[in-house]
Amino acid sequence: MPLTKHLNVAIIDSNPALGSRPYFNKEDPPDPRVSTVTPATISFFKDVGAWQYIEQHRHAYFDKMQVWDYTGLGYTRYNAQDINKEVLGCVVENKVLHGSLLSCIENTDFQKTIYPSKLSSMTLPPSPSSLGMDSTSSRPPLSSQRHLAKLELSDGNSLYTKLVVGADGGKSRVRELAGFKTTGWNYSQNAIICTVEHTVENGCAWQRFLPAGPIALLPMGDNFSNIVWTMNPKESTNRKLMNEDEFVKDVNNALDYGYGPHPTSSLFGSGEMFSWPRAGVTLSANDCFEVPPKVVKLASERMVFPLSLRHASDYVSKHVVLIGDAAHTVHPLAGQGVNMGFGDAFALSRVIAEGIAVGSDIGEVTVLKKYEAERKPANIMMMGILDGFQKAYSVDFGPLNILRAAALHGAHFISPLKRSIISYASGEQKLPLFT
Amino acid sequence: MNPTRLAFIRSTLCRHFDKDPNRARPFEGIKIVDVGCGGGILSEPLARMGATVTGVDAVEKNIKIARIHADLDPVTSTIEYYCTTAEKLVEEDRKFDAVIALEVIEHVANPAEFCKSLAALTVPDGATIISTINRSMRSYATAIVAAEYLLHWLPKGTHEWSSFLTPEELVLILQRANITVREMAGFVYSPLTGRWSLSDDIRVNFIVFGTKNCQ
Repeated sequence: MPLTKHLNVAIIDSNPALGSRPYFNKEDPPDPRVSTVTPATISFFKDVGAWQYIEQHRHAYFDKMQVWDYTGLGYTRYNAQDINKEVLGCVVENKVLHGSLLSCIENTDFQKTIYPSKLSSMTLPPSPSSLGMDSTSSRPPLSSQRHLAKLELSDGNSLYTKLVVGADGGKSRVRELAGFKTTGWNYSQNAIICTVEHTVENGCAWQRFLPAGPIALLPMGDNFSNIVWTMNPKESTNRKLMNEDEFVKDVNNALDYGYGPHPTSSLFGSGEMFSWPRAGVTLSANDCFEVPPKVVKLASERMVFPLSLRHASDYVSKHVVLIGDAAHTVHPLAGQGVNMGFGDAFALSRVIAEGIAVGSDIGEVTVLKKYEAERKPANIMMMGILDGFQKAYSVDFGPLNILRAAALHGAHFISPLKRSIISYASGEQKLPLFT
Repeated sequence: MNPTRLAFIRSTLCRHFDKDPNRARPFEGIKIVDVGCGGGILSEPLARMGATVTGVDAVEKNIKIARIHADLDPVTSTIEYYCTTAEKLVEEDRKFDAVIALEVIEHVANPAEFCKSLAALTVPDGATIISTINRSMRSYATAIVAAEYLLHWLPKGTHEWSSFLTPEELVLILQRANITVREMAGFVYSPLTGRWSLSDDIRVNFIVFGTKNCQ
């Protein structure tokens, strides 16, 4: 990016992983904190030259996905070949993602400084109109930092900058200090995450909606899988504390016969009703329901996180911009959260480059608003869809169960719809339907 | 409209002065004068792109505002602002690599003389860029009726339709001032997106890029 090479960047992050050279012992079992990156995110990483580092460490592409629920009324299977692609996504440990980005910036020559510290306070410059142009007294004390934002860090450093990018997560301090309002609610659900082991390799992403929340089994490579199990807070405390064998039994139960029957291969006779015209039928429409591979061992500690939805009403103000979870926090049920964040990051970097091309001041709201105009609608739409799913699946009510099953069937057998869904979830398509 | 005007200026000047448009400061070493600079809305981005900028405006208040705003940022504080006219600069024998007068010529009493002044300020084989509003039925409807009376984007009476120049007229008077017009483009506004873009529709707002003939 030649237009932005001259920019001086400070990264403020107290995460200790930033200090040392990233090194991972390949014998370590996978860390339960993982992200499922979509093909769109993979191509962003390739564009900046960071994906090569990920390929040197553990990562797991997958090309199949199965979604079903406890009612046994329906299921849907997706295959990357439905949209003529090779993968639906890749599951990567967060520490590998961090490490690859760190290696990437270390090998790029632009001015960057890492401050392993926390942000304590932020002072934004007053707007020029308040500088009193009709005052006859002498000019205010000449400070070349008058037009810059001042950041005070917990280690005592003070930084001056044109643009503060708040990428500090759901409990963003930047967002708090800059006074952005948020709306949202807490889901009365927690997620337990952990790594488990099978006797065979898992090549498919599985998600089963249970009455209290979905359980997801994501392939990580080398016979390991990652579990993300959403449930109410009381159950999450129990499950975290119960002994490992009981927990493994519980997991297998949840993925197999627990809570309800397996879906039969089709509800309304064979799927031929929906599979005309034959020519456009997706490969996976002919797939039968499969049971996920059995878990034999727990391979990591169990971690519990509360789930919530949060959205900042603005992403942008003078000198400050929010990206990622600082701007929007979502339910993990579709693995979209971090991908929305990467989408934000790449959109912002492009908007900054475009602004520099026409000599703009990168802290100006007019420039930053272009980023907001691009990302906010896309993020809100995705959040609405995910929240809709969360609410639809949190009610166990006969007629609603049948409606959901019909929707699953539709998503499985109606090929154009299925292609749209896969393209949207992979980050290829901007709108969920009808483009 | 400003980013769009800057995109045109960046593209034509980079090509003319053989500068790499993919650098953040392609105009380093180029002396530019912004005639009718107002509050510095054009001068500041030009300075950020590396140019040595002089901004002039006939209204003292504009120059004051421009100076205060430019002093906020070390990059733009190098801009020299003067309350003067193009004609007076010619008398001072000032010369620039590029002379830019955006949305000015429709307000001057004698456009032909104004063009001669702009030409005198330009070094031989230097660049002159002028933007203005076309004298057409369409511009009457949009730039005057819509912009001044309906949308109130500008105060009433800002523009006098009869003093608008058509592109042909502008090219002719520039030719008579020894400036050959090389490129021309139009600006169109889309009410749907709220954005301006460059186009070949010169029926309302248009911009020309010309070079001073070497004698």
